[in-house]
Amino acid sequence: MLPPVEEIKTQIEAAIPGATVTVISNGSPSAQHSLLLDHAHARAVAEFLRDHAEWRLDFCSLMTGVDWPDTETSEKIKVKKLVKAADGSESEQEVDEVRKTKVPGRLEAVYHLFSMEKKHGPVILRMRTADRGEGTHLPSLTPVWRSAEFQEREAFDLYGIVFDGHPDLRRILMWDGFVDYPMRKDYVPPPDDAVLPEVHS
Amino acid sequence: MSETMTAPETLDFERGEIMEMSMGPHHPSTHGVFRMDVRLEGERVVRLKPVFGYLHRNHEKIAENGAYLSAIPYTDRLDYLCSMTNNWGYVLAVEKLAGIAVPERAEYLRVIVAELTRFQNHAGLVGFMLQDMGASGTPLMYAFREREKVLDLFESLTGARMMCNYMRFGGLRVDASAVWLDEVRDLVGRLPRFVDEFENLLRANEILMARTQNVGVLSRELAVNAGVTGPMLRASGVNYDIRKVDKYGVYDRFSFRVPMGEHGDTYDRYMMRILEMRETVKILEQALRDIPGGPVIDPKVRLRGLRPKAGEAYGRIESPKGELGFFLISDGTGNPYRYRVRPPSMINLTVLEDMCLGENIADTVIILGSVDIVLGEVDR
Repeated sequence: MLPPVEEIKTQIEAAIPGATVTVISNGSPSAQHSLLLDHAHARAVAEFLRDHAEWRLDFCSLMTGVDWPDTETSEKIKVKKLVKAADGSESEQEVDEVRKTKVPGRLEAVYHLFSMEKKHGPVILRMRTADRGEGTHLPSLTPVWRSAEFQEREAFDLYGIVFDGHPDLRRILMWDGFVDYPMRKDYVPPPDDAVLPEVHS
Repeated sequence: MSETMTAPETLDFERGEIMEMSMGPHHPSTHGVFRMDVRLEGERVVRLKPVFGYLHRNHEKIAENGAYLSAIPYTDRLDYLCSMTNNWGYVLAVEKLAGIAVPERAEYLRVIVAELTRFQNHAGLVGFMLQDMGASGTPLMYAFREREKVLDLFESLTGARMMCNYMRFGGLRVDASAVWLDEVRDLVGRLPRFVDEFENLLRANEILMARTQNVGVLSRELAVNAGVTGPMLRASGVNYDIRKVDKYGVYDRFSFRVPMGEHGDTYDRYMMRILEMRETVKILEQALRDIPGGPVIDPKVRLRGLRPKAGEAYGRIESPKGELGFFLISDGTGNPYRYRVRPPSMINLTVLEDMCLGENIADTVIILGSVDIVLGEVDR
Protein backbone atom coordinates (compact mmCIF):
# COMPACT_ATOMS: atom_id res chain seq x y z
CA MET A 1 0.00 0.00 0.00
CA LEU A 2 1.02 3.57 -0.56
CA PRO A 3 2.15 5.60 2.45
CA PRO A 4 0.64 9.05 3.13
CA VAL A 5 1.86 11.90 0.90
CA GLU A 6 4.11 13.37 3.61
CA GLU A 7 6.02 10.07 3.72
CA ILE A 8 6.33 10.04 -0.09
CA LYS A 9 7.67 13.58 0.06
CA THR A 10 10.34 12.69 2.63
CA GLN A 11 11.43 9.64 0.65
CA ILE A 12 11.71 11.66 -2.56
CA GLU A 13 13.74 14.37 -0.88
CA ALA A 14 16.01 11.77 0.70
CA ALA A 15 16.59 9.96 -2.60
CA ILE A 16 17.08 12.98 -4.86
CA PRO A 17 19.33 15.61 -3.38
CA GLY A 18 18.22 19.15 -4.12
CA ALA A 19 14.64 18.29 -4.99
CA THR A 20 12.03 20.40 -3.28
CA VAL A 21 8.61 18.84 -2.94
CA THR A 22 5.65 20.65 -1.42
CA VAL A 23 2.50 18.91 -0.25
CA ILE A 24 -0.68 20.58 -1.49
CA SER A 25 -3.62 19.49 0.58
CA ASN A 26 -7.06 19.01 -0.86
CA GLY A 27 -10.08 20.11 1.12
CA SER A 28 -12.68 17.91 -0.56
CA PRO A 29 -13.91 14.59 0.93
CA SER A 30 -11.87 12.73 -1.70
CA ALA A 31 -8.71 13.68 0.26
CA GLN A 32 -6.51 13.25 -2.80
CA HIS A 33 -3.53 15.40 -1.82
CA SER A 34 -0.85 16.25 -4.34
CA LEU A 35 2.87 16.94 -4.54
CA LEU A 36 4.27 20.07 -6.15
CA LEU A 37 7.60 19.48 -7.91
CA ASP A 38 10.34 21.88 -8.91
CA HIS A 39 11.19 21.98 -12.61
CA ALA A 40 14.84 21.01 -12.36
CA HIS A 41 14.24 17.69 -10.61
CA ALA A 42 10.83 16.74 -12.00
CA ARG A 43 12.20 14.14 -14.44
CA ALA A 44 14.36 12.55 -11.74
CA VAL A 45 11.44 12.44 -9.30
CA ALA A 46 9.19 10.90 -11.96
CA GLU A 47 11.75 8.20 -12.73
CA PHE A 48 12.24 7.55 -9.03
CA LEU A 49 8.49 7.06 -8.54
CA ARG A 50 8.18 4.83 -11.60
CA ASP A 51 11.07 2.58 -10.59
CA HIS A 52 10.50 2.54 -6.83
CA ALA A 53 10.54 -1.10 -5.74
CA GLU A 54 7.49 -0.88 -3.47
CA TRP A 55 5.36 1.73 -5.16
CA ARG A 56 6.03 0.96 -8.86
CA LEU A 57 3.96 3.84 -10.20
CA ASP A 58 4.22 2.54 -13.75
CA PHE A 59 0.95 3.99 -15.06
CA CYS A 60 0.38 7.70 -15.62
CA SER A 61 -3.35 7.72 -16.07
CA LEU A 62 -4.28 11.35 -16.43
CA MET A 63 -2.30 14.41 -17.39
CA THR A 64 -3.96 17.77 -17.68
CA GLY A 65 -3.46 21.51 -17.50
CA VAL A 66 -5.17 23.98 -15.19
CA ASP A 67 -5.28 27.73 -15.65
CA TRP A 68 -5.05 30.10 -12.70
CA PRO A 69 -5.34 33.65 -14.05
CA ASP A 70 -3.93 36.77 -12.39
CA THR A 71 -5.98 37.70 -9.37
CA GLU A 72 -6.22 40.98 -7.56
CA THR A 73 -7.05 41.03 -3.89
CA SER A 74 -7.93 44.25 -2.19
CA GLU A 75 -7.90 44.73 1.56
CA LYS A 76 -8.72 47.71 3.72
CA ILE A 77 -5.96 48.72 6.05
CA LYS A 78 -5.67 51.55 8.52
CA VAL A 79 -2.80 53.93 7.92
CA LYS A 80 -1.64 56.77 10.14
CA LYS A 81 -1.41 59.95 8.16
CA LEU A 82 -0.96 63.67 8.76
CA VAL A 83 -4.29 65.22 8.02
CA LYS A 84 -4.77 68.92 7.48
CA ALA A 85 -7.78 70.24 9.28
CA ALA A 86 -9.85 73.11 7.97
CA ASP A 87 -8.10 75.66 10.17
CA GLY A 88 -4.69 74.71 8.80
CA SER A 89 -3.39 72.72 11.77
CA GLU A 90 -1.96 69.26 11.11
CA SER A 91 -2.72 66.24 13.22
CA GLU A 92 -2.02 62.52 12.94
CA GLN A 93 -5.12 60.45 12.30
CA GLU A 94 -5.99 56.92 11.28
CA VAL A 95 -7.29 56.77 7.74
CA ASP A 96 -8.72 53.81 5.81
CA GLU A 97 -6.84 52.92 2.69
CA VAL A 98 -7.47 50.23 0.12
CA ARG A 99 -4.37 48.30 -0.77
CA LYS A 100 -4.45 46.13 -3.86
CA THR A 101 -2.12 43.20 -4.19
CA LYS A 102 -1.74 41.50 -7.51
CA VAL A 103 -1.16 37.76 -7.42
CA PRO A 104 0.41 36.73 -10.73
CA GLY A 105 -1.32 33.88 -12.52
CA ARG A 106 0.20 30.58 -13.56
CA LEU A 107 -0.50 27.45 -15.50
CA GLU A 108 -0.40 24.12 -13.79
CA ALA A 109 0.21 20.61 -15.06
CA VAL A 110 -1.34 17.76 -13.07
CA TYR A 111 -0.34 14.09 -13.37
CA HIS A 112 -2.27 11.24 -11.78
CA LEU A 113 -0.12 8.16 -11.22
CA PHE A 114 -1.29 4.64 -10.48
CA SER A 115 0.43 1.31 -10.28
CA MET A 116 -0.73 -1.51 -12.52
CA GLU A 117 1.62 -3.94 -10.84
CA LYS A 118 0.78 -3.13 -7.22
CA LYS A 119 -2.77 -1.93 -7.98
CA HIS A 120 -2.76 1.22 -5.93
CA GLY A 121 -2.89 4.94 -6.40
CA PRO A 122 -3.33 7.74 -7.09
CA VAL A 123 -0.22 9.77 -6.43
CA ILE A 124 -0.78 13.25 -7.84
CA LEU A 125 2.08 15.37 -9.13
CA ARG A 126 1.84 19.04 -10.01
CA MET A 127 4.13 21.48 -11.72
CA ARG A 128 3.59 25.21 -12.06
CA THR A 129 4.81 27.61 -14.69
CA ALA A 130 6.41 30.91 -13.75
CA ASP A 131 3.62 32.96 -15.33
CA ARG A 132 1.04 32.86 -18.10
CA GLY A 133 2.95 34.88 -20.70
CA GLU A 134 6.51 34.08 -21.68
CA GLY A 135 7.52 31.63 -18.98
CA THR A 136 5.12 28.78 -19.71
CA HIS A 137 7.81 26.12 -19.98
CA LEU A 138 7.68 22.88 -18.05
CA PRO A 139 9.77 19.72 -18.34
CA SER A 140 7.97 16.98 -20.26
CA LEU A 141 7.33 13.67 -18.51
CA THR A 142 6.58 11.84 -21.79
CA PRO A 143 10.06 10.20 -21.77
CA VAL A 144 9.08 8.60 -18.46
CA TRP A 145 5.44 7.70 -19.27
CA ARG A 146 4.43 7.48 -22.92
CA SER A 147 0.80 7.92 -21.90
CA ALA A 148 1.48 11.62 -21.38
CA GLU A 149 2.38 12.03 -25.07
CA PHE A 150 -1.04 12.98 -26.44
CA GLN A 151 -2.20 14.56 -23.21
CA GLU A 152 0.78 16.91 -23.00
CA ARG A 153 0.14 17.82 -26.61
CA GLU A 154 -3.41 18.62 -25.62
CA ALA A 155 -2.27 20.80 -22.70
CA PHE A 156 0.07 22.58 -25.14
CA ASP A 157 -2.76 23.00 -27.61
CA LEU A 158 -5.47 24.21 -25.25
CA TYR A 159 -3.46 25.90 -22.47
CA GLY A 160 -0.19 26.88 -24.11
CA ILE A 161 2.11 25.00 -21.74
CA VAL A 162 5.36 24.28 -23.59
CA PHE A 163 6.79 20.91 -22.57
CA ASP A 164 10.56 20.85 -23.01
CA GLY A 165 11.77 17.44 -24.06
CA HIS A 166 8.50 16.30 -25.65
CA PRO A 167 9.28 14.31 -28.80
CA ASP A 168 6.48 15.69 -30.98
CA LEU A 169 4.93 18.85 -29.53
CA ARG A 170 2.28 19.97 -32.02
CA ARG A 171 -1.32 21.08 -31.74
CA ILE A 172 -3.56 18.03 -31.47
CA LEU A 173 -7.24 19.03 -31.39
CA MET A 174 -7.08 22.52 -32.91
CA TRP A 175 -5.44 22.95 -36.30
CA ASP A 176 -1.89 24.12 -36.81
CA GLY A 177 -2.75 27.65 -37.92
CA PHE A 178 -4.79 28.40 -34.81
CA VAL A 179 -3.26 31.02 -32.54
CA ASP A 180 -5.00 31.25 -29.15
CA TYR A 181 -5.41 28.80 -26.24
CA PRO A 182 -9.13 28.03 -25.90
CA MET A 183 -9.14 26.45 -22.44
CA ARG A 184 -7.64 29.49 -20.72
CA LYS A 185 -10.09 31.31 -18.51
CA ASP A 186 -9.63 34.63 -20.29
CA TYR A 187 -10.07 33.23 -23.81
CA VAL A 188 -12.47 35.22 -25.92
CA PRO A 189 -13.92 33.22 -28.82
CA PRO A 190 -13.85 34.96 -32.20
CA PRO A 191 -17.13 36.41 -33.48
CA ASP A 192 -19.28 34.03 -35.50
CA ASP A 193 -18.51 35.73 -38.81
CA ALA A 194 -14.74 35.93 -38.22
CA VAL A 195 -12.48 34.45 -40.88
CA LEU A 196 -10.36 31.92 -39.05
CA PRO A 197 -6.89 30.98 -40.23
CA GLU A 198 -7.04 28.18 -42.75
CA VAL A 199 -5.90 24.67 -42.09
CA HIS A 200 -3.85 24.63 -45.28
CA SER A 201 -2.40 28.11 -45.18
CA MET B 1 3.06 23.64 -40.01
CA SER B 2 3.30 19.93 -39.50
CA GLU B 3 5.76 18.08 -41.59
CA THR B 4 2.94 16.23 -43.32
CA MET B 5 2.36 19.35 -45.40
CA THR B 6 5.73 19.19 -47.12
CA ALA B 7 4.59 16.84 -49.81
CA PRO B 8 7.35 17.15 -52.44
CA GLU B 9 10.02 15.81 -50.10
CA THR B 10 8.15 12.58 -49.47
CA LEU B 11 6.91 11.93 -52.99
CA ASP B 12 10.17 10.69 -54.34
CA PHE B 13 9.08 9.53 -57.77
CA GLU B 14 12.58 8.79 -59.00
CA ARG B 15 13.29 6.25 -56.33
CA GLY B 16 9.64 5.26 -56.24
CA GLU B 17 9.94 3.78 -52.79
CA ILE B 18 8.26 5.87 -50.13
CA MET B 19 4.70 6.91 -50.71
CA GLU B 20 2.69 9.11 -48.42
CA MET B 21 -1.00 8.41 -48.06
CA SER B 22 -3.76 10.04 -46.11
CA MET B 23 -6.18 7.43 -44.79
CA GLY B 24 -9.28 9.40 -43.95
CA PRO B 25 -10.80 11.59 -42.67
CA HIS B 26 -13.60 10.16 -44.79
CA HIS B 27 -12.46 6.57 -44.85
CA PRO B 28 -15.21 4.09 -43.95
CA SER B 29 -12.92 2.10 -41.67
CA THR B 30 -12.37 5.02 -39.32
CA HIS B 31 -16.01 5.06 -38.15
CA GLY B 32 -16.05 8.81 -38.05
CA VAL B 33 -13.70 11.56 -39.05
CA PHE B 34 -10.23 10.33 -38.26
CA ARG B 35 -7.12 10.48 -40.38
CA MET B 36 -3.96 8.44 -40.48
CA ASP B 37 -0.96 9.98 -42.21
CA VAL B 38 0.76 6.88 -43.49
CA ARG B 39 4.11 6.50 -45.20
CA LEU B 40 4.46 3.31 -47.17
CA GLU B 41 7.33 1.37 -48.57
CA GLY B 42 5.54 -0.82 -51.03
CA GLU B 43 2.64 -2.03 -48.94
CA ARG B 44 4.54 -1.88 -45.67
CA VAL B 45 3.86 0.93 -43.18
CA VAL B 46 7.01 2.80 -42.18
CA ARG B 47 5.37 5.72 -40.42
CA LEU B 48 1.88 6.44 -39.19
CA LYS B 49 0.64 9.54 -37.43
CA PRO B 50 -2.97 9.71 -36.22
CA VAL B 51 -4.61 13.08 -36.85
CA PHE B 52 -7.86 13.97 -35.13
CA GLY B 53 -9.82 16.90 -33.75
CA TYR B 54 -12.37 17.15 -36.57
CA LEU B 55 -15.17 16.65 -34.06
CA HIS B 56 -13.65 18.90 -31.40
CA ARG B 57 -16.24 21.07 -29.65
CA ASN B 58 -14.36 21.76 -26.41
CA HIS B 59 -16.64 19.67 -24.25
CA GLU B 60 -14.53 20.58 -21.21
CA LYS B 61 -15.05 24.31 -21.64
CA ILE B 62 -18.79 23.84 -22.14
CA ALA B 63 -18.97 21.87 -18.90
CA GLU B 64 -16.92 24.45 -17.02
CA ASN B 65 -19.36 27.16 -18.06
CA GLY B 66 -22.43 25.31 -16.78
CA ALA B 67 -23.65 23.93 -13.48
CA TYR B 68 -22.53 20.50 -12.30
CA LEU B 69 -25.87 19.01 -13.26
CA SER B 70 -25.89 20.41 -16.77
CA ALA B 71 -22.77 18.48 -17.76
CA ILE B 72 -24.52 15.09 -17.48
CA PRO B 73 -26.33 15.23 -20.85
CA TYR B 74 -23.08 16.34 -22.48
CA THR B 75 -21.26 13.28 -21.18
CA ASP B 76 -23.75 11.17 -23.16
CA ARG B 77 -22.21 12.57 -26.31
CA LEU B 78 -18.63 11.65 -25.48
CA ASP B 79 -18.68 7.99 -26.36
CA TYR B 80 -22.10 8.02 -27.93
CA LEU B 81 -22.38 4.23 -27.94
CA CYS B 82 -21.98 4.02 -24.17
CA SER B 83 -23.84 6.92 -22.60
CA MET B 84 -24.60 4.99 -19.42
CA THR B 85 -20.96 4.41 -18.49
CA ASN B 86 -20.09 8.02 -19.34
CA ASN B 87 -22.80 9.19 -16.95
CA TRP B 88 -21.46 6.89 -14.28
CA GLY B 89 -17.88 8.10 -14.59
CA TYR B 90 -18.96 11.70 -14.18
CA VAL B 91 -21.40 11.23 -11.31
CA LEU B 92 -18.82 9.08 -9.53
CA ALA B 93 -16.30 11.91 -9.69
CA VAL B 94 -18.86 14.43 -8.41
CA GLU B 95 -19.86 12.04 -5.63
CA LYS B 96 -16.21 11.80 -4.60
CA LEU B 97 -15.82 15.56 -4.76
CA ALA B 98 -18.87 16.31 -2.65
CA GLY B 99 -18.94 13.18 -0.49
CA ILE B 100 -22.35 11.90 -1.63
CA ALA B 101 -23.53 8.37 -0.80
CA VAL B 102 -25.63 6.30 -3.21
CA PRO B 103 -28.57 4.04 -2.22
CA GLU B 104 -28.05 0.35 -2.75
CA ARG B 105 -30.77 -0.19 -5.33
CA ALA B 106 -29.26 2.58 -7.44
CA GLU B 107 -25.85 0.91 -7.26
CA TYR B 108 -27.33 -2.34 -8.55
CA LEU B 109 -29.24 -0.61 -11.32
CA ARG B 110 -26.05 1.22 -12.31
CA VAL B 111 -24.26 -2.10 -12.62
CA ILE B 112 -27.11 -3.53 -14.71
CA VAL B 113 -27.26 -0.68 -17.20
CA ALA B 114 -23.45 -0.38 -17.37
CA GLU B 115 -23.03 -4.07 -18.12
CA LEU B 116 -25.78 -3.98 -20.74
CA THR B 117 -23.86 -1.08 -22.27
CA ARG B 118 -20.65 -3.05 -22.22
CA PHE B 119 -22.36 -5.97 -23.88
CA GLN B 120 -23.78 -3.97 -26.76
CA ASN B 121 -20.52 -2.06 -27.21
CA HIS B 122 -18.45 -5.23 -27.47
CA ALA B 123 -20.99 -6.88 -29.77
CA GLY B 124 -20.98 -3.84 -32.01
CA LEU B 125 -17.21 -3.59 -32.01
CA VAL B 126 -16.72 -7.22 -33.02
CA GLY B 127 -19.31 -6.76 -35.75
CA PHE B 128 -17.55 -3.69 -37.13
CA MET B 129 -14.14 -5.33 -36.89
CA LEU B 130 -15.27 -8.34 -38.88
CA GLN B 131 -16.91 -5.99 -41.34
CA ASP B 132 -13.56 -4.19 -41.78
CA MET B 133 -12.00 -7.55 -42.50
CA GLY B 134 -14.37 -8.16 -45.35
CA ALA B 135 -17.07 -10.23 -43.69
CA SER B 136 -19.66 -7.86 -45.07
CA GLY B 137 -22.96 -7.59 -43.36
CA THR B 138 -23.67 -10.81 -41.52
CA PRO B 139 -21.62 -10.42 -38.31
CA LEU B 140 -22.53 -6.75 -38.02
CA MET B 141 -26.21 -7.48 -38.46
CA TYR B 142 -26.05 -10.26 -35.87
CA ALA B 143 -24.46 -7.78 -33.43
CA PHE B 144 -26.92 -5.04 -34.20
CA ARG B 145 -29.89 -7.36 -33.81
CA GLU B 146 -28.79 -7.90 -30.20
CA ARG B 147 -27.83 -4.28 -29.69
CA GLU B 148 -31.32 -3.19 -30.71
CA LYS B 149 -32.81 -5.29 -27.92
CA VAL B 150 -30.57 -3.54 -25.37
CA LEU B 151 -31.40 -0.13 -26.80
CA ASP B 152 -35.12 -0.93 -26.62
CA LEU B 153 -34.67 -1.66 -22.92
CA PHE B 154 -32.84 1.64 -22.46
CA GLU B 155 -35.62 3.42 -24.27
CA SER B 156 -38.34 2.04 -22.04
CA LEU B 157 -36.26 2.85 -18.94
CA THR B 158 -34.97 6.33 -19.75
CA GLY B 159 -36.90 7.53 -22.77
CA ALA B 160 -33.85 7.60 -25.02
CA ARG B 161 -32.06 4.88 -26.92
CA MET B 162 -28.57 6.30 -27.01
CA MET B 163 -28.48 9.62 -25.14
CA CYS B 164 -29.83 8.17 -21.92
CA ASN B 165 -28.97 10.94 -19.42
CA TYR B 166 -29.91 8.47 -16.69
CA MET B 167 -27.66 8.97 -13.67
CA ARG B 168 -27.68 11.71 -11.09
CA PHE B 169 -25.43 12.58 -8.16
CA GLY B 170 -26.49 10.26 -5.37
CA GLY B 171 -28.52 7.91 -7.51
CA LEU B 172 -30.60 7.69 -10.65
CA ARG B 173 -33.20 9.80 -12.40
CA VAL B 174 -36.00 7.21 -12.42
CA ASP B 175 -36.53 3.80 -10.86
CA ALA B 176 -36.86 0.65 -12.92
CA SER B 177 -40.19 -1.14 -12.76
CA ALA B 178 -40.56 -4.83 -11.94
CA VAL B 179 -41.76 -5.37 -15.50
CA TRP B 180 -38.61 -3.80 -16.89
CA LEU B 181 -36.42 -5.97 -14.68
CA ASP B 182 -38.29 -9.04 -15.91
CA GLU B 183 -37.66 -7.96 -19.49
CA VAL B 184 -33.95 -7.65 -18.72
CA ARG B 185 -33.96 -11.09 -17.09
CA ASP B 186 -35.61 -12.48 -20.18
CA LEU B 187 -33.00 -10.92 -22.45
CA VAL B 188 -30.05 -11.92 -20.26
CA GLY B 189 -31.31 -15.51 -20.29
CA ARG B 190 -31.00 -15.52 -24.07
CA LEU B 191 -27.64 -13.75 -24.30
CA PRO B 192 -25.32 -16.76 -23.70
CA ARG B 193 -26.78 -18.47 -26.74
CA PHE B 194 -26.14 -15.37 -28.79
CA VAL B 195 -22.51 -15.19 -27.63
CA ASP B 196 -21.99 -18.84 -28.57
CA GLU B 197 -23.45 -18.25 -31.99
CA PHE B 198 -21.47 -15.07 -32.46
CA GLU B 199 -18.23 -16.71 -31.41
CA ASN B 200 -18.72 -19.81 -33.53
CA LEU B 201 -19.53 -17.68 -36.53
CA LEU B 202 -15.93 -16.82 -37.30
CA ARG B 203 -13.67 -17.70 -34.37
CA ALA B 204 -11.83 -20.50 -36.10
CA ASN B 205 -12.16 -19.03 -39.57
CA GLU B 206 -8.94 -19.46 -41.51
CA ILE B 207 -9.00 -16.04 -43.11
CA LEU B 208 -9.71 -14.33 -39.81
CA MET B 209 -6.84 -16.13 -38.12
CA ALA B 210 -4.44 -15.42 -40.96
CA ARG B 211 -5.24 -11.76 -40.92
CA THR B 212 -5.25 -11.20 -37.16
CA GLN B 213 -2.84 -13.59 -35.49
CA ASN B 214 0.59 -12.02 -34.97
CA VAL B 215 -0.67 -8.82 -36.53
CA GLY B 216 -0.41 -5.57 -34.63
CA VAL B 217 1.38 -7.02 -31.63
CA LEU B 218 1.44 -4.78 -28.56
CA SER B 219 3.97 -5.74 -25.94
CA ARG B 220 3.08 -5.79 -22.29
CA GLU B 221 5.71 -3.22 -21.28
CA LEU B 222 4.70 -0.72 -23.92
CA ALA B 223 1.01 -1.15 -23.12
CA VAL B 224 1.61 -0.30 -19.45
CA ASN B 225 3.95 2.59 -20.15
CA ALA B 226 1.67 4.10 -22.78
CA GLY B 227 -1.31 4.01 -20.44
CA VAL B 228 -3.36 1.65 -22.59
CA THR B 229 -6.41 0.46 -20.66
CA GLY B 230 -9.43 -1.76 -21.07
CA PRO B 231 -9.68 -4.93 -23.14
CA MET B 232 -6.73 -3.79 -25.24
CA LEU B 233 -4.45 -3.78 -22.19
CA ARG B 234 -5.71 -7.13 -20.96
CA ALA B 235 -5.15 -8.64 -24.41
CA SER B 236 -1.47 -7.91 -23.82
CA GLY B 237 -1.57 -9.96 -20.63
CA VAL B 238 -1.85 -7.30 -17.93
CA ASN B 239 -4.37 -8.07 -15.21
CA TYR B 240 -5.85 -4.65 -14.62
CA ASP B 241 -9.58 -4.14 -14.47
CA ILE B 242 -10.80 -1.13 -12.48
CA ARG B 243 -13.94 -3.03 -11.51
CA LYS B 244 -11.60 -5.34 -9.57
CA VAL B 245 -8.95 -2.78 -8.55
CA ASP B 246 -11.11 0.08 -7.27
CA LYS B 247 -14.23 -2.01 -6.54
CA TYR B 248 -16.38 1.05 -7.18
CA GLY B 249 -20.12 0.70 -6.77
CA VAL B 250 -21.00 -2.83 -5.70
CA TYR B 251 -18.63 -4.70 -8.01
CA ASP B 252 -16.96 -6.45 -5.06
CA ARG B 253 -20.18 -8.45 -4.55
CA PHE B 254 -20.11 -10.24 -7.88
CA SER B 255 -17.91 -13.11 -8.86
CA PHE B 256 -16.48 -12.77 -12.34
CA ARG B 257 -13.16 -13.39 -14.03
CA VAL B 258 -10.91 -10.93 -15.82
CA PRO B 259 -10.06 -12.54 -19.17
CA MET B 260 -6.50 -12.01 -20.37
CA GLY B 261 -4.68 -12.54 -23.62
CA GLU B 262 -1.18 -13.85 -24.18
CA HIS B 263 0.09 -12.41 -27.42
CA GLY B 264 -1.32 -8.90 -27.55
CA ASP B 265 -2.18 -9.28 -31.23
CA THR B 266 -5.36 -8.34 -33.02
CA TYR B 267 -6.80 -11.83 -32.55
CA ASP B 268 -6.40 -11.56 -28.78
CA ARG B 269 -8.07 -8.19 -28.77
CA TYR B 270 -10.96 -9.68 -30.75
CA MET B 271 -11.28 -12.68 -28.42
CA MET B 272 -11.07 -10.43 -25.38
CA ARG B 273 -14.36 -8.81 -26.34
CA ILE B 274 -16.09 -12.16 -26.75
CA LEU B 275 -14.79 -13.37 -23.38
CA GLU B 276 -15.77 -10.16 -21.65
CA MET B 277 -19.29 -10.48 -23.02
CA ARG B 278 -19.55 -13.83 -21.24
CA GLU B 279 -18.36 -12.30 -17.95
CA THR B 280 -20.80 -9.44 -18.40
CA VAL B 281 -23.64 -11.92 -18.65
CA LYS B 282 -22.46 -13.49 -15.38
CA ILE B 283 -22.46 -10.10 -13.61
CA LEU B 284 -25.89 -9.30 -15.01
CA GLU B 285 -27.34 -12.58 -13.76
CA GLN B 286 -26.01 -11.95 -10.24
CA ALA B 287 -27.11 -8.32 -10.15
CA LEU B 288 -30.61 -9.20 -11.35
CA ARG B 289 -30.83 -11.94 -8.73
CA ASP B 290 -29.68 -9.76 -5.80
CA ILE B 291 -31.18 -6.37 -6.58
CA PRO B 292 -32.79 -4.98 -3.40
CA GLY B 293 -35.76 -2.65 -3.08
CA GLY B 294 -35.69 0.89 -1.78
CA PRO B 295 -35.16 4.36 -3.17
CA VAL B 296 -32.90 5.05 -6.16
CA ILE B 297 -31.82 8.53 -5.12
CA ASP B 298 -31.11 10.28 -1.86
CA PRO B 299 -33.74 13.06 -1.78
CA LYS B 300 -31.47 15.29 0.31
CA VAL B 301 -28.87 15.63 -2.42
CA ARG B 302 -29.09 19.02 -4.08
CA LEU B 303 -28.98 18.40 -7.79
CA ARG B 304 -29.57 21.87 -9.15
CA GLY B 305 -27.73 24.02 -6.68
CA LEU B 306 -24.85 21.66 -5.96
CA ARG B 307 -21.87 23.62 -4.60
CA PRO B 308 -19.13 21.26 -3.44
CA LYS B 309 -16.48 22.53 -1.03
CA ALA B 310 -13.33 23.83 -2.66
CA GLY B 311 -11.07 20.93 -3.55
CA GLU B 312 -10.55 18.37 -6.26
CA ALA B 313 -11.33 14.75 -7.04
CA TYR B 314 -10.54 12.16 -9.66
CA GLY B 315 -13.14 9.46 -10.23
CA ARG B 316 -12.67 6.63 -12.71
CA ILE B 317 -14.57 3.61 -13.94
CA GLU B 318 -13.94 0.71 -16.27
CA SER B 319 -15.84 1.78 -19.36
CA PRO B 320 -16.12 -0.66 -22.28
CA LYS B 321 -13.19 1.12 -23.93
CA GLY B 322 -10.90 1.39 -20.92
CA GLU B 323 -10.34 3.68 -17.98
CA LEU B 324 -12.80 6.55 -18.20
CA GLY B 325 -11.95 9.18 -15.63
CA PHE B 326 -13.20 12.61 -14.70
CA PHE B 327 -11.00 15.11 -12.88
CA LEU B 328 -12.85 17.96 -11.22
CA ILE B 329 -11.63 21.02 -9.34
CA SER B 330 -14.19 22.94 -7.35
CA ASP B 331 -13.70 26.52 -6.19
CA GLY B 332 -16.83 26.46 -4.06
CA THR B 333 -19.13 27.87 -6.72
CA GLY B 334 -21.94 26.20 -8.64
CA ASN B 335 -19.93 25.23 -11.69
CA PRO B 336 -16.71 23.21 -11.88
CA TYR B 337 -13.53 25.31 -12.03
CA ARG B 338 -11.77 22.57 -13.94
CA TYR B 339 -13.48 19.66 -15.65
CA ARG B 340 -11.32 17.15 -17.41
CA VAL B 341 -12.22 13.89 -19.15
CA ARG B 342 -9.66 11.13 -19.38
CA PRO B 343 -10.72 9.66 -22.70
CA PRO B 344 -9.66 6.01 -22.93
CA SER B 345 -9.89 5.70 -26.68
CA MET B 346 -7.71 8.75 -27.33
CA ILE B 347 -4.96 7.50 -25.03
CA ASN B 348 -5.20 4.01 -26.51
CA LEU B 349 -4.37 5.59 -29.88
CA THR B 350 -0.90 6.53 -28.56
CA VAL B 351 0.37 3.09 -29.54
CA LEU B 352 -1.36 2.91 -32.92
CA GLU B 353 1.87 3.72 -34.76
CA ASP B 354 3.85 1.15 -32.77
CA MET B 355 1.32 -1.56 -33.62
CA CYS B 356 1.13 -0.71 -37.31
CA LEU B 357 4.83 -0.33 -38.14
CA GLY B 358 5.96 -3.06 -40.49
CA GLU B 359 2.44 -4.29 -41.18
CA ASN B 360 0.56 -4.16 -44.45
CA ILE B 361 -1.52 -1.11 -45.18
CA ALA B 362 -4.64 -3.29 -45.32
CA ASP B 363 -3.99 -4.49 -41.78
CA THR B 364 -3.93 -1.00 -40.29
CA VAL B 365 -7.68 -0.93 -40.84
CA ILE B 366 -8.18 -4.02 -38.67
CA ILE B 367 -5.68 -2.87 -36.07
CA LEU B 368 -7.50 0.44 -35.77
CA GLY B 369 -10.77 -1.48 -35.52
CA SER B 370 -9.39 -3.55 -32.65
CA VAL B 371 -8.46 -0.41 -30.68
CA ASP B 372 -12.16 0.48 -30.46
CA ILE B 373 -12.35 4.24 -30.84
CA VAL B 374 -15.35 6.53 -30.89
CA LEU B 375 -14.51 9.93 -32.26
CA GLY B 376 -16.97 11.74 -30.02
CA GLU B 377 -14.69 10.79 -27.17
CA VAL B 378 -11.33 11.14 -28.92
CA ASP B 379 -12.01 14.68 -30.09
CA ARG B 380 -14.33 15.87 -27.33
